[in-house]
Amino acid sequence: MRTIPIDDFDDWRSVARGLIASNAPPAEIQLVENDGQQSLFATGADNYAKDTNTSSFRVPREFISLAKTIGYHRNANRWNLLYRTLWRLKNEQPHLLEIETDADVHRLSTMEKQVRRDAHKMKAFVRFRKVEREGKVFFVAWHQPDHRIVRRVAPFFSRRFAGMNWTILTPDESVTWDQQTLQYGSGVTRSEAPDSDELEDLWRTYYAHIFNPARVKVKMMKSEMPVRFWKNLPEADIIADLLADAPRRVDEMIEQHEGFDQTAIDFIPSVGDQTITLDTLKEMATECMACDLHQSATQTVFGVGPANAKIVLLGEQPGDQEDIVGTPFVGPAGKILDEAFSAAGLDRENLYLTNTVKHFKHTVSTDSTPKGKRRLHQKPNSREIRCCRPWFDAEWSCLEDAKVLVCLGVTAMTAIMGPGRKLSDTRGRFVETDYCNRTLVTWHPSAILRSHNESAREEKMQQLILDLSVACAGC
Amino acid sequence: MASEKQTSVDGKLAILADAAKYDASCASSGSKSTRQGSKIGSTEGMGICHSYTPDGRCVSLLKILLTNYCIYDCQYCVNRVTSDTPRARFTVDEVVNLTMEFYKRNYIEGLFLSSGIIQNSDYTMEQLTRVAKNLRTQHRFGGYIHLKTIPGAAEELITEAGLWADRLSVNIELPTELDLKQLAPEKKKPQIVSAMSGIKDKIDETKSDRKSGMKPPKFAPAGQSTQMIVGATATPDNEILKTASELYTGQRLRRVYYSAYSPIPHADSLLPGKSPPLVREHRLYQADWLLRFYGFDVNEIVVREDKNLDLEMDPKLAWALQQRDYFPVDVNTASREQLLRVPGIGARNVKRILAIRRHKRLRTDDLKKLRVAWKRTKSFVITEDHNPALADLDRGDLKRLIVPKEKQLTFFDTFDAALNGEL
Repeated sequence: MRTIPIDDFDDWRSVARGLIASNAPPAEIQLVENDGQQSLFATGADNYAKDTNTSSFRVPREFISLAKTIGYHRNANRWNLLYRTLWRLKNEQPHLLEIETDADVHRLSTMEKQVRRDAHKMKAFVRFRKVEREGKVFFVAWHQPDHRIVRRVAPFFSRRFAGMNWTILTPDESVTWDQQTLQYGSGVTRSEAPDSDELEDLWRTYYAHIFNPARVKVKMMKSEMPVRFWKNLPEADIIADLLADAPRRVDEMIEQHEGFDQTAIDFIPSVGDQTITLDTLKEMATECMACDLHQSATQTVFGVGPANAKIVLLGEQPGDQEDIVGTPFVGPAGKILDEAFSAAGLDRENLYLTNTVKHFKHTVSTDSTPKGKRRLHQKPNSREIRCCRPWFDAEWSCLEDAKVLVCLGVTAMTAIMGPGRKLSDTRGRFVETDYCNRTLVTWHPSAILRSHNESAREEKMQQLILDLSVACAGC
Repeated sequence: MASEKQTSVDGKLAILADAAKYDASCASSGSKSTRQGSKIGSTEGMGICHSYTPDGRCVSLLKILLTNYCIYDCQYCVNRVTSDTPRARFTVDEVVNLTMEFYKRNYIEGLFLSSGIIQNSDYTMEQLTRVAKNLRTQHRFGGYIHLKTIPGAAEELITEAGLWADRLSVNIELPTELDLKQLAPEKKKPQIVSAMSGIKDKIDETKSDRKSGMKPPKFAPAGQSTQMIVGATATPDNEILKTASELYTGQRLRRVYYSAYSPIPHADSLLPGKSPPLVREHRLYQADWLLRFYGFDVNEIVVREDKNLDLEMDPKLAWALQQRDYFPVDVNTASREQLLRVPGIGARNVKRILAIRRHKRLRTDDLKKLRVAWKRTKSFVITEDHNPALADLDRGDLKRLIVPKEKQLTFFDTFDAALNGEL
């Protein structure tokens, strides 16, 4: 038995070349870690001259890269295992590496995986801390890898953090990058590394909130992020707190969780049924409780007009008077609309008038008038609009002769055309929509009522009349 | 009134990371080389998971929303306009700084930025693109950037985004046009598909320019992906897979991510991992893998009459139990295609088997050493030695013998399937 000390992979390579050239059987060779001390058993090395010439025997390229990787492993027997495999490649089976079920190959591939994994974990778990010295910024990390992989991984960090001055300290070895070259030094203890970074709180905030507390799988986390690494990971400090707080956060999520909103669809039993008419819809709508607006409104205000109407007008929602009477556009806004109809040559009797939301949404004013407290109009929100939409969808499918759909105001426009449009940009021309290829947007009569001054009022009124004439001409 | 939570960077980060945590994708792979001229950051093909949260998921990218304000009302989304969720908005510089500072400390591989829609699609898309552009030009950032494109944004805006991002994604959102109409009325399938093909064309153009010797600027070198919500409508699995298959072949997507919609988180928290949406998601990922790497056709994967995948077992096993005539397969003589169809043998092991076979004949113990799922495999294969389990192939109750006992499926399993899809 001969014992030969090995420094590193390159050393092993030249030793192994010599051994192979002199046909030394692996059973007679003991390759050991060179710890710098002359071993009593280190004998016979001189008998095998290190061979630096290429011999006739060609080693598969995969084996070289495998051996290089295994060289970083901490296992003391690795050089022997590698030599035995090399020997077998030459004398037994040139394709040995392809036989993954072979005991030596299996062992090597396991060790290779361990080094690769450790290198990968180093790339993942190194955490730099920023330090300033003499006006210069440095990033310093403390890491404890399982294997002696610093030299394997350092080039990766130099490519990734090319424009940074950084140092990685480990118990075995340390490495520094000055934006030019990598310099290796000896191992150090943890106390040499900085112990905090102001950014770590933000990082922990991110970590805490990207965690989904409804799905706790500690075992899985630990298998990918082994506990032995935790002491150097700032985010690991809060894992215990996150787990303790998870049930409370789940309760909070459940409370905030809304699911699908209910819509009026539940109150329209069979949409698409041929027997449904506007009258039956109107009847069904009286019972609608899909949103909370029915609670404070007097009644559902459904659309009015003939089923064969060619022009359909869609407003926002019933107002105070409409709510009491039960018919759309009978209040002050209705009067404006009537004026515009006659100016545009339209007959209200031939039109179908309805609203996007069919209940009156309001607040009650705090100041009393002689007639009692006033009910003030409130804009419906998008949840209420969405909730009520199935009623208009059903009305529209009954209105088979409709040629033009007129949206009065922003609420109707958004309900039909989707968000992100400006009324002033869309007004007055036909637009193709999912409902009708001649959809037209114009002012809501209330906008005319609310105009700041007479000239604005007059201008909008003229535009409303003009737009209605366009609608009239379109059918 | 905005609370402090909605104005400090820390408070915004809490809200906007919370809002992004339902996004299935976190991959940071696919860009094979680092951008020229980068000072900080690299992409070398494989992404790195820098941390793991206690839900077993990896943390690779800084995954946040620019804002969770949104003018849309998609019913499956927590950020829809009608939701009461707390809102916040980052500035472009805040996102850029967070990304750089996190990256320099080696917390992340890069940025995955998405957003609710504010003002309109084009404005929002411009904001997202500006983040990526600042990172690339002002900070010479070479790390990974995934931008989620905004539905309805102009094509030239998406094209610009592709110059700065490694990956672009356009969410298909729901499997069919009808589903979209029901739950996301503002999103239109033709619009989504045309955005995808716009990106595909640009990627193709860049590639062919490169082939013909030109040096075009990078365009989404890690390709495009999409996300589909499953379980929010009654659409069955075979329709979902057809949509996915169309996207893989028609748009050449790198990945389709499936995200289970679970309307009641109660069920999840009480029965972790047993909730059907999670199992379904898991099965869809497995089926997705059969489509892409195992030579299965979309029309043969779903074998049940109700057009859904079997929740009890993986789709390959379900297929094998139905197609007994196809078996047994002799591991020492079968073709690659045949081996890929054996339950319990993954694509990597098929490769190993083919390599070993050139030098020696495989025995049962060899397969076990390769760690095939022997329990599932044994009744379907002939090996060099005697394999008594082969006799079970003709048994009527084979399913009962093989199908794994009910086990708790965790989100991690799903996630794992999303990553490697080994069957």
